[in-house]
Amino acid sequence: MDKYKKIATEIRKRIVRMHAKSRSSHIGSALSSVDILTVLYFGILKIDTKNPWAKKRDRFILSKGHAASALYAVLSLRGFFSEEILDEYCIDGGRLPGHSTMHCVPGVEVSTGSLGHGLSIGVGMAIAAKYDAFEYRIFVLLSDGECDEGSVWEASMFAAHRKLDNLIVIIDYNKLQAFGRTKEVVNLEALSDNWAAFGWEVKEIDGHNFSKIEDTLCRVPFKKNKPGLIIAHTIKGKGVSFMENRLEWHYKSPDKEQLEIALKELDSL
Amino acid sequence: MRTAFINTLIELARKDSGIFLLSGDLGFSVFEKFREGFPDRFFNIGVAEANMVGIASGLALSGKIVFIYSIVPFITMRCFEQIRNDLCYQNLNVKIIGVGGGLCYGSAGMTHHSLADIAIMRALPNMTVICPGDPIEAEMATKLGIYRRGPLYIRLGKSHEPEVHSNLKFLDFKIGKGITIKNGSDITIIATGNILYNTKCIADKLINEGLSVRLISMHTIKPLDKDIILKSAQQTKAIFTVEEHSLIGGLGSAVAEVLAETDAKKVLFRRFALPDRYLKDVGSQEYLREKNALSIEQITNSILKEYKSIKE
Repeated sequence: MDKYKKIATEIRKRIVRMHAKSRSSHIGSALSSVDILTVLYFGILKIDTKNPWAKKRDRFILSKGHAASALYAVLSLRGFFSEEILDEYCIDGGRLPGHSTMHCVPGVEVSTGSLGHGLSIGVGMAIAAKYDAFEYRIFVLLSDGECDEGSVWEASMFAAHRKLDNLIVIIDYNKLQAFGRTKEVVNLEALSDNWAAFGWEVKEIDGHNFSKIEDTLCRVPFKKNKPGLIIAHTIKGKGVSFMENRLEWHYKSPDKEQLEIALKELDSL
Repeated sequence: MRTAFINTLIELARKDSGIFLLSGDLGFSVFEKFREGFPDRFFNIGVAEANMVGIASGLALSGKIVFIYSIVPFITMRCFEQIRNDLCYQNLNVKIIGVGGGLCYGSAGMTHHSLADIAIMRALPNMTVICPGDPIEAEMATKLGIYRRGPLYIRLGKSHEPEVHSNLKFLDFKIGKGITIKNGSDITIIATGNILYNTKCIADKLINEGLSVRLISMHTIKPLDKDIILKSAQQTKAIFTVEEHSLIGGLGSAVAEVLAETDAKKVLFRRFALPDRYLKDVGSQEYLREKNALSIEQITNSILKEYKSIKE
């Protein structure tokens, strides 16, 4: 698990630098997803950086496309492209847009940014895998606020109806959405029950506990003929004390001084 | 047209195991044969168009050619953002089949009328927009559609449309090229989609009145055949467009955009289309056409009047 911890810290440092340089939003959302992405990309996904479009690769869809900096940072560390490209995030003439975009760098499967799109696309991929009799899995990361979108539930219903056990959704449940706490905006307290009622096999874990994340992801499919859902309890802004669990870090970016403090904190983890 | 579409698709699906058909819970008495023939490639997604476009995207990202089907407003507007982001931005091989273009579902009421779909679809980068004018054009559009990479919208009529092209050969139909059905030198009439047959009747009437009429089927609105428009502007005295769509953003607008940027501004230009309002009258397609000055008689008389005015 030390391996994961070291990787995740490096990814967080890259993210913090990207946001400081570009003065762009969503750093809190990116930091909350890092540990999940770390385990996926460094322990679970069957992918090949030399052949990023291999037919039978596992697919990962970042449906919460606003956490793009986290995905780009993970992909660079995993070896899909060099670290310098991260300097091109959200700047004039750069090649990395603020929401994850396919073809801008290798490794990004789907262009996202508007919430509620990724799961349906994952369902399509899961159907294709079954039809082609390929064994790859499709992992989709949703945000909690994203579950306000009706299309998430359209896709959820359909995936269970079609018994797509090669489809795994992870909800980054940091309990803060764009303009308030999820509890106050649209209460998601019954999240687990709702997905279970829709026909999904649900697991709830600490989304920052590497061994829990790994152990859970290793056991997919959780149940034959059922799509799997992991509710990952997370902390928005995880890893930088002054960003943790604070709404304003959905928008703010660290200034020079804050960047230094953040990097120091991350180093001491 | 929908029968022509599904029969063509069945033929194509027999040859290509990568062709999928998704429906938003429509297709009773139309899709049964496809479903029976290709049970693992037909999916009734349910009444969930946004999900259907997303699923189609996932299939297309996995190398499939996907046809999605519903009534025009549901499949172009309910899920517009999925079409914009998932299909067009990613330039995916998904073919949108809208049934009931214009006023085909006349008496069903405003929710089922499709008067803005051409405008909306043609505003999207990477999208191809085709409005077949008869069952033969519907067949050709389906056949050629699978060879054209990227998203494509086919705006079908409904059922039992009369054939306009008795002698159209496969090679005569090209996406992005209008078809000259009649050649003439006095006026040009350009029509698109399900009002093509009526427009042919209009042309016949005008010919009986002594006019030399050029009739063009502009089945593809995007990419638009600019050459055929510019030639007509040079070679005839007037251009009229006829469509079952709003005045805003459809065939008439597209042709006007071409004419406005050329020196051929002397040509008389008039659009026949539906007004910029929701239709409150109840009635069939033909009834609503007449209520909105789009019947054969009304358009014929308007064109005669306009033509007289430039002759004087």
